Amino acid sequence: MQHSSTAPPRASSRQMRWSNLQRRWAPYVFISPFFVLFLAFGLYPTLFSLYMSFQSWSQTDGWGHWKFVGLENYSFTLTDPMFWRAMYNTLWLGVVSGLPQHLLAIPLAFVIHMGLSRFKTFVSAVYFLPYITSTVAVALIFSTLFSTQKGVINQTIAYLNTLPLFGWFLPDENINWFLNSTIKWGIALVVVWKYTGWNTLLYLSAIQAIPRELYEAASVDGATRWQQFRFVTLPLLRPMMFFAVSLTIIGNMQLFEEPFVLLNGGASSATQGGQTVAMYMFRTAFEWLEMGTAASIAWILFAFIAVLTIINNLAFGRAAQGRGE
Amino acid sequence: MKKTAVVLLAALALGGMVLAQKKVITVGIFPNLDDAIKAQLPGFNKLYPNIEVKLVTLQYADHHNALTTALATGQGLHDVEAIEIGFVGRFAEGQGFEDLNKPPYNADLYKKLFTPYTIAQATSSDGRFIAMPVDIGPGTFYYRKDILDKAGINPASMMTWNGYIEAGKKIKAMDKNIFLIANAADVAWINIFATVGAGEGYYFDKSGKVIVDSPRFVRAFELAKQIRDAGLDAKIGAWTNEWYDGFKKGTVATQFSGAWLQGHLQNWMAPETKGLWRVQQLPEGLYGSWGGSFYGIPSASKNKAEAWTLIKYLTTNRAAQIAAFKAIGAFPALLSAQTDPVFEEGVDFLGGQKARVLWREAARKVKPVEANKYDRVANEIISTALSQVLDEGKDIKAALAEAKTLIERRMR
Repeated sequence: MQHSSTAPPRASSRQMRWSNLQRRWAPYVFISPFFVLFLAFGLYPTLFSLYMSFQSWSQTDGWGHWKFVGLENYSFTLTDPMFWRAMYNTLWLGVVSGLPQHLLAIPLAFVIHMGLSRFKTFVSAVYFLPYITSTVAVALIFSTLFSTQKGVINQTIAYLNTLPLFGWFLPDENINWFLNSTIKWGIALVVVWKYTGWNTLLYLSAIQAIPRELYEAASVDGATRWQQFRFVTLPLLRPMMFFAVSLTIIGNMQLFEEPFVLLNGGASSATQGGQTVAMYMFRTAFEWLEMGTAASIAWILFAFIAVLTIINNLAFGRAAQGRGE
Repeated sequence: MKKTAVVLLAALALGGMVLAQKKVITVGIFPNLDDAIKAQLPGFNKLYPNIEVKLVTLQYADHHNALTTALATGQGLHDVEAIEIGFVGRFAEGQGFEDLNKPPYNADLYKKLFTPYTIAQATSSDGRFIAMPVDIGPGTFYYRKDILDKAGINPASMMTWNGYIEAGKKIKAMDKNIFLIANAADVAWINIFATVGAGEGYYFDKSGKVIVDSPRFVRAFELAKQIRDAGLDAKIGAWTNEWYDGFKKGTVATQFSGAWLQGHLQNWMAPETKGLWRVQQLPEGLYGSWGGSFYGIPSASKNKAEAWTLIKYLTTNRAAQIAAFKAIGAFPALLSAQTDPVFEEGVDFLGGQKARVLWREAARKVKPVEANKYDRVANEIISTALSQVLDEGKDIKAALAEAKTLIERRMR
């Protein structure tokens, strides 16, 4: 097998074997970092958590003191009122903080693309900023804003109350945002604030990929801006919508940092009202030291995400593919 | 003969080298207990020049999380680990720490030297004693003298819960922006923590049965609700900016807490309120404890002898305990340290009041409470029940009954 004219004319058989070996194995060596990392930090923990979900184990017992309990962890979690409360919170937050992200991001992306094309980079950078800001900093700022006595939000409401017309729908007293019944709205607000920019960027990139001619043809036909948005942009955005909504579903089902920091890591009295499944799992594992139960929560959450993604695929994905072609 | 002498000499030389060599041990610790130990170490080094102590300081939560993970894997444990009261119960139930009852530690010899209830805190349900107490937090009743004076209230009248609530109403009538207490829930908690029957736990009886629907809890919840319904509390959560603000601006007239709150108020929360605060014992003859720290030796430690030497010094040496007290105000767990003249001194921040004598008395009257593996879960569940009662108007009996089933479920 001659592949190079500059190869030495008479290589020894040992050299031949070495170069053969190199040729055969080099690709594997080069690609191995991924597999090594994946095995160590992806596959192994995943399988181990599956194993763990059938065991009873507490960290303070030390390595190896596992006790096989079969499906007990699963049956416990699935009948646990605290788990279902956390699941309800998660789904509630998923809808209340997920939907507005997209309802805001799509028109915003359209406006930026159509109206602000010259400042597009600047504006999208501004919108993207919340996404890359540290969650801890964000939650600290927001807990100050939400503060019952001194918070800007309550003070604004109090000020608006002094104006005519506003009084009838605004509450008279300061709202305590850190109650079981109200904390979810606060968390939802933070999540919307943080992730709308990310979605805007996704939609903006999709809008930019829509051929100009379609809009030109539409305006030749006398279509207004609104009609262009409704009949050109929206249908062509469907594949991106499918993608972005999938990401939102997965992200919101795993929501952790924002509620965790806002609820003071579980020290707040409103913890139960804002606790998501991911947070509940964390606390089961590291506060109450029930690793097996926590592992079962992880797998139940995984099943939920899988089902929701499949539903999203059925509802959105197929239609998106159909229209996209 | 000559040969033996040579061997003997060599052995002696070797032994001498080993002795001369410094042994380095590590201590896993959190702020500001690390400031206490830094104040104690010079004395230790003088006594034991061959042991060098290295501190590994992490933030409070990080330290305990890292410690939990280290125990799980048996890797990365320090020779001595500091444990805060909130964690000592669950570490006691696990298998990761040395049982100090056993030789060579024989901690039984030292147990009577400490404030009695701390021993129970560090003892597991099967009788293992896993850590030595270093400081404690006797419960106390803080009040703003200036506010009570202005409202014409005699602090002694607040020594019953009825009197306490009446005083709150007077304060509210005087100035509706001043609240009796930051959060009504605090009153429920001190009643829960300070009314434990002998040999019981906070949430469990002697046989481990859940007792959160007992009259103890009902009464605690009722008192809190009475205060909330009368609009006497500021509805502020502890350790929030508003909490500090309430102390700073004098919008909160009283607070129940561990004696350590004085140090926090003085050092950073509200230094400008110096001289305005006073303390007294808790109402209705209650005595409770808030906080406390311990030192334990992980079974995986390689320098157990040196670790024990250090722990013994930190916890049973009177001078060391007083050094820590002077450094950070950590109330000594060691009984003999509590008789130091410094306790008779007045506390400037409390208007020169001899508060330490009062705290010492409280510490001696706190009864031992049995720790339970499920204390933290129960605490969370009761805390939720309490916020349902206070914030959402749920019926007390119903909330407690529900909490009971939730706790029982977790104790499978």
